[in-house]
Amino acid sequence: MHEMSLIKGMLQIIEDQAELQGFSKVKTVWLELGKLSHAEPESIRFCFDIAVQNTLAAGATLEIIRTPAFAWCMDCAQKVSIKQRYDSCHLCGSFKLSPIEGDKMQIKQLEVI
Amino acid sequence: MCTVCGCSAKTEAMSNNETLSIHHDHDLVIDNTRIVKIEQDILSRNNALASNNRALFIKRGVFSVNLVSSPGSGKTELLTRTLTDLVDYCPMTVIEGDQQTANDAERIRKTGIPVTQINTGKGCHLDARMIGRAVMELNVMPNSLLFIENVGNLVCPAAFDLGESRKIVLLSVTEGEDKPLKYPDIFHAADLMLINKIDLLPYLNFNIEKSIEYAQHIKPDLNVLQISATTGEGMEAWYDFIRAGHTAATRSIISE
Repeated sequence: MHEMSLIKGMLQIIEDQAELQGFSKVKTVWLELGKLSHAEPESIRFCFDIAVQNTLAAGATLEIIRTPAFAWCMDCAQKVSIKQRYDSCHLCGSFKLSPIEGDKMQIKQLEVI
Repeated sequence: MCTVCGCSAKTEAMSNNETLSIHHDHDLVIDNTRIVKIEQDILSRNNALASNNRALFIKRGVFSVNLVSSPGSGKTELLTRTLTDLVDYCPMTVIEGDQQTANDAERIRKTGIPVTQINTGKGCHLDARMIGRAVMELNVMPNSLLFIENVGNLVCPAAFDLGESRKIVLLSVTEGEDKPLKYPDIFHAADLMLINKIDLLPYLNFNIEKSIEYAQHIKPDLNVLQISATTGEGMEAWYDFIRAGHTAATRSIISE
């Protein structure tokens, strides 16, 4: 996945927040990346370090919070953990699973000056 | 007072909280940072623009479809046939997306339907901002159909909502049956799967039932139609889908 496009989205959010919340430099970014989300952590890290050069987040540390994936099994009628999107339910073997957690890509908080 | 060395020298410009950085040279850096809570999705900007597009389509009674697939699955051929067969049905417009060239837009233009080509350059997908701008350029009419042909890519378009009414994933029988398992995100995001080039089945080992089974592992309620954009086989069911969507879209403005 083209993580650079996502990092650009992150930078836009950070720049908007800098205006709204009155800060001029970012030291740390905490990013939640769910296991089912559309991004690969190592590529995100790589692209982040490049993209933040000459921005208010230049040199910032990126802390990635990986969150586990859960789905709702329509046959068991309960929440089950999954490793990948197309897994079957580990309890009943059904494929009728609807992902409910683990697909977020969210900036949680920033450490700013 | 400098809280590092305890000296009391202080300039008038310094407040009580300011310390060493102005008149001392210490290795220590005083931490005047703070934590700012954000809790915003990275794609929130795109999603907001997509919502704007969606609201505009609903307001104008426009039924819009976002066609996604690998390069070469037959999206443009599907579109040219659809536009030709439905030419008298209602006003239609097309947004074409490719990295480079206006070749696809040229093919569409030959059908007489208004089209705009977006070249993404190094970009690998269309996004909501691009669609918003194209819609303004095209002046999409009320009660019309809008077809968006995305960049040929089974990975990235999955994450980028354009504000479309429906996302259609195209898989041709010259590809592998297990594409849905290899590229689950796009099949999960789709509202309809079209299996194309079925006229070539006699020459291939493609197992249609397996392909549908794989797709429905990823998305249990995914509807599947089998078509050939070249021969026209199966296209009527696709047109029924479009007409039903269009009717629903136009009814929703009447009811407001």
